[in-house]
Amino acid sequence: MSNSPVVELDTVSKVYHLRSGDVVALDRVSLSIEAGEFVAVMGPSGSGKSTLLNQVGSMDIPTSGDLYIAGKNIGKMADCDLTKMRLDTIGYIFQKFNLIPLLTAFENVEYPYILKNRKRDESGRVRNILEMMGIDSDLALHRPSELSGGQQQRVAIARALINEPKILLCDEPTGNLDTRTGRHIMEILTRLNREGMTVIMVTHDPVIAGYARRTINLVDGRLACS
Amino acid sequence: MFVKDIIFALSVRSIRLHFLRSVLAALGIVIGVVAIASMGMMGANMTLSVTEELSSMGNILVVRPSGDMPGGGMAGQGSLGGDDEDLISEDQLKDIQRIAGKYGIVYGLYSESDTIEVGDMKRRSTVYGLDPDVIPSILTLSDGACPKSTSSVIVGPSLAERLDLKIGSKIDIGDPDEGSTTTVRVVGIIEERGMSMDLNTDSAIIGNEKLFVGIYGGEGEYGQVNVVLDDINDAETVKTEIEDQLNRKEEEVTVQDSSRMLESITSTLGTLTSFVMAIAGISLLVAAVSIFNVMMMSVTERVREIGILRSIGTQKLEVRKMFIYEAAILGFIGAIIGAIFSIAIGYVVVLAMVGSTEYFFAPASLVYVPCAMATGMVTCILSGLYPAWSASNLDPIEALRAE
Repeated sequence: MSNSPVVELDTVSKVYHLRSGDVVALDRVSLSIEAGEFVAVMGPSGSGKSTLLNQVGSMDIPTSGDLYIAGKNIGKMADCDLTKMRLDTIGYIFQKFNLIPLLTAFENVEYPYILKNRKRDESGRVRNILEMMGIDSDLALHRPSELSGGQQQRVAIARALINEPKILLCDEPTGNLDTRTGRHIMEILTRLNREGMTVIMVTHDPVIAGYARRTINLVDGRLACS
Repeated sequence: MFVKDIIFALSVRSIRLHFLRSVLAALGIVIGVVAIASMGMMGANMTLSVTEELSSMGNILVVRPSGDMPGGGMAGQGSLGGDDEDLISEDQLKDIQRIAGKYGIVYGLYSESDTIEVGDMKRRSTVYGLDPDVIPSILTLSDGACPKSTSSVIVGPSLAERLDLKIGSKIDIGDPDEGSTTTVRVVGIIEERGMSMDLNTDSAIIGNEKLFVGIYGGEGEYGQVNVVLDDINDAETVKTEIEDQLNRKEEEVTVQDSSRMLESITSTLGTLTSFVMAIAGISLLVAAVSIFNVMMMSVTERVREIGILRSIGTQKLEVRKMFIYEAAILGFIGAIIGAIFSIAIGYVVVLAMVGSTEYFFAPASLVYVPCAMATGMVTCILSGLYPAWSASNLDPIEALRAE
């Protein structure tokens, strides 16, 4: 496990300008996450958890402060560079799985691979990752709507891993699953972390947060304790 | 079906998923393409058949007195209406004969519009007076013989049919209420000749010039002089020579060849074709609105999907491409089906409106099919631009929140 920070926030603020007035979602947050860490971000709803995750996921940029992902300041990046970072540096797992309904499970996993490599997967990597997640080749031919929640989330993890990202971001990964399936998904995430993957997970469930080695609490957009 | 261009594959699948909606949108393009192509082909076929008809008389030059310029350029019916009108004199005719005689036949033409009576049927008709030696070389008869005496005439086929004229029938020329009439006998029926600029014989009576002068007077004063050239290529030379010789001092005559008439007719037909095509284009405009609507619906329905695509690393440009592909596929399918129908429907339209499909497969006519296809496709892609742009500019976080 190396000790270089893979995510670094330096007094990062995010302010949303709404008609009813400005809303401060993140208030001067400074934070450093090193490679190989498993971090749970907790806090009540509206505390800025998702905003933080979207910033780290390079879906959005800070209003002020510096945010470095894998050494790059995302506040100074153009949209196409941010998109490229989402493609090959970050793997994103969502609460609602967010698979592409038009594609089969296999194609959902292959999609980011093709976007990155501009060719189909001929090495069998997609099949291997799906098998690692317990999705066999028959199941892989089904559309997301034909799969159970647990199966969909496993396909989503496979998709997040296909381009060998540096960071795995999970937004309430078990939120739409029953306890048993949720536990199974958490075991997969723990195993990935053990193999060296940096995992940052947003959750409001203390049991799920218990899988992480470090917990960050956010209250009203500020860091409570780290 | 998962082609290398994954973005294209997504567009194809989206169309397949909303098959009926896509087919209805493409149907608009089909109708637009068919309307434009068949109207264009109709215009082209009209132009081609008129051009062909007029080119067949390209070897005819018509010399008219200056200032007596009939608008349509048709043979001067009733141009001898008054004595104060300009006419071509015997001397001028001789000059023209001297210049153009070696290139073909030159003859002066007397013409007058008058009342004729057959039995108890009264009509108005054009009466031409011609040199009897010239008649056999410029007119073909379907029945009978050329008029030799001053009391015999030949008649056009339309007039013969309307008045039930046969060889031997009698015609009274002139209005009995206004003066004396002259009775002549039909000795021949002229073959159908169609519209022409030298002589319009189909509804006319043609007689010896002595007969004409006998009735109307004005000997040696011609309404026009026609030159029938042996070689069409001499037209320009003869025209210039006649003009140089006769218009030396002042503008006395004008020499017309068929090219000016051809120009004015083709230009009129061209304007008419553009006009009907513009009306047909309205159907394409309606199709464009329908494609735009379908594309906007597609974007709205797929906001969440666009959010997913963007969040996992799909560039804005690729999202834009996905929707433009979708519009282009609809346009392409519409254009192909439209092209097939255009040929079938265009054929029927041309047959009904022009009366002949002789030129249907000519390049100038068929070119409207690819033109209409291209217009249809471009319309489709243009209608897809804004939806594609709005899809690519969605905020991925907002889009992911959509249900």
